[in-house]
Amino acid sequence: MIFRNAEVLTGGKLQKADLRVENGKIAEIGKGLKGDGADLSGLTVLPGFIDMHVHLREPGFEKKEDILSGSRAAVKGGFTQVCCMPNTKPVIDSKVVVSYIKNRAREVNLCKVNPIGAISVGQEGKDLAPIGAMKAAGAVAVSEDGKSVPDTKLMSNAMQYAADFGLICLCHCEDRSLVDGGVVHEGYYSTLTGLKGSLRAAEDIVIAREICLAESLNLPVHICHVSTYSGVQLIREAKARGVRVTAETCPHYVTLTDEVIRNFDTNTKVNPPIREEKDRLAIIEGLKDGALDCIVTDHAPHHEDDKNVEYNLAAFGISGLETSFALSYTALVKTGALTLAELAQKMSGNPARILNLQGGEIAVGMPADFTAVDLNEEWTIDSAQFVSKGKNTPFGGRKVYGKVKYTVVDGEIKYEEN
Amino acid sequence: MKRKDVLGLLDLSAEEIDEILSVGMNMKKLLRQNIKKLPHLQGKSVTTLFYENSTRTRCSFELAAKYMGAHTVNISASSSSVTKGETLVDTGKTLDAMKNDVIVIRHPMGGAPHLLAKTVKAHVVNAGDGMNEHPSQALLDMLTMRENFGGIEGLKVAILGDIRHSRVAKSNLFGLRKLGAEVSMFAPRTLIPAEIDKMGAKVCRSREEAVEGADVVMGLRIQLERQQGGNFPSLGEYAKYYGVNDEVMKYAKPGALVMHPGPVNRGVELTSALIDGDTSRIEEQVLSGIAVRMAILFLLTKEEV
Repeated sequence: MIFRNAEVLTGGKLQKADLRVENGKIAEIGKGLKGDGADLSGLTVLPGFIDMHVHLREPGFEKKEDILSGSRAAVKGGFTQVCCMPNTKPVIDSKVVVSYIKNRAREVNLCKVNPIGAISVGQEGKDLAPIGAMKAAGAVAVSEDGKSVPDTKLMSNAMQYAADFGLICLCHCEDRSLVDGGVVHEGYYSTLTGLKGSLRAAEDIVIAREICLAESLNLPVHICHVSTYSGVQLIREAKARGVRVTAETCPHYVTLTDEVIRNFDTNTKVNPPIREEKDRLAIIEGLKDGALDCIVTDHAPHHEDDKNVEYNLAAFGISGLETSFALSYTALVKTGALTLAELAQKMSGNPARILNLQGGEIAVGMPADFTAVDLNEEWTIDSAQFVSKGKNTPFGGRKVYGKVKYTVVDGEIKYEEN
Repeated sequence: MKRKDVLGLLDLSAEEIDEILSVGMNMKKLLRQNIKKLPHLQGKSVTTLFYENSTRTRCSFELAAKYMGAHTVNISASSSSVTKGETLVDTGKTLDAMKNDVIVIRHPMGGAPHLLAKTVKAHVVNAGDGMNEHPSQALLDMLTMRENFGGIEGLKVAILGDIRHSRVAKSNLFGLRKLGAEVSMFAPRTLIPAEIDKMGAKVCRSREEAVEGADVVMGLRIQLERQQGGNFPSLGEYAKYYGVNDEVMKYAKPGALVMHPGPVNRGVELTSALIDGDTSRIEEQVLSGIAVRMAILFLLTKEEV
């Protein structure tokens, strides 16, 4: 099959080209290729996005999302691979649950779904989960997700043991005793609303701990959803002295400041919390200079019942798969902070490299995983249009640029607009 | 006043606050004459929905409603039922279906009245939500000040105590600043919330600095659980280094008023001598409370009369 007449991002450059796909792989990139196919005139073809931090909620919380609805949201958002976090019920802490998710994803047959195993059994922070068995069943990383491993010795063991199986620890950084029930960033707006705040230090302390461990052990570590300017700086400095640390952030940390909590809109409740303008600017700077490697969604779909409650009781999280590219493109590329190629690197190339996944670039011999977007189309975010079960977004009504038109996984069109 | 709800002084304009205080002054005159049978709320129902223990605020709202002829219902839900039982949204819908005109809500979580207000057709009055606001308390404090000084503009008000966890301090700050008063604050650093100085408070480094030249010195209740949370070592140490006593009051204007939203820890926030002294307005505040709540209930519902 030929995908023709698009601007294709390949080898770090955009060029007008046709793609020939055979047996799920990119067989040829050239001009005037002959054969049946789709005309992608006016569109830009980017490597399929790889989201290394999503919550698909299955098994256990299918009211919020399941592998089918989450995969639909993924391909609608231009994602060809997602990595799902282990805070399911049961927790992804065994090869059985890893296999269940892989099998279910195969039945759904939309995007590739890569499970992330828990670090400890039941995410309880006591005993190491069977990391070897989970890897054999298809886990691509381990993470305690949603919390930090409280015991530093266990975290140190986890990094070492996971490394034996070629897996990296993805670290949610949060000092629970310092957070102490905080639900928003501690600052002007926490005082204004009376909502309990959480200091940057609560995040930074654990970022620093994971960096110290990685440095002492000379092992890689990955920091999840960085939200603080000071966290960006810790990572930047660690990288400069050779620590094998990588890090991600999310579109909401790039686009929002904590003023959004002012009206107690529970769709703004996310962990770590939305912080201040200085944090937002530092995160953009970190994306530019490479302190931050990836943009992930932390897609956290919730049922309306979980959000239509008091702010303190509302669930943390934003449904992000269907808005990630447009938000990032609008906030980062349209403003000149990143080039389109750099954004593709953050949303695809770097996650593939960090997790050793096949994909992340458009090149002959690679899996034919790509997305075709209309960069010029302006549209308005409307959660009613989400295919995810989670309609929880603070971005409703926001105008953005960049609309996904096609998503192709292993050479098959898995999403086509309309 | 043309609004559906009274959720906080952050949202009220100076004119609206002034209107409530003016009506409140009239109500208070009537109360002083022991007139407790007014027609303003006849045929209306007022429900108090309290998810936190309270004697004085709930009682004050109930009497305010009853003195104006309303039907009143009191619902007390323990805090634990917030997480277990019916959701606030569902409770609100039920109360709405029962044709309540006003729901007065006290809740341990900031923003709960805002959620209720979005859900129901009834008027919602915030009787204290978490660490957010307690507008009727601040209004009664301001009514007491206005009565004593003839106005609020230009007054210097010192607030000392647990400011971080105090909805009273914040509502007073918002209201007093809108009417042109100065507000100074002092507390252990662990009990000062982030960036409250950017909301117009002068955050001081000593009791004396805070009280210097004050017309009003307001103590805020120190709760024992805050000590257990490690915010300060003991009530004794609090009283010694942060409490208000006669020595501290020497820095205030002569005859400066002593106020406290109650209940008071005698000898902690304020000495007993100050609580019981001539300059104390703590009991006066209680009567102001009924008057200002009458004003709020009346002004919210009067469009429909």
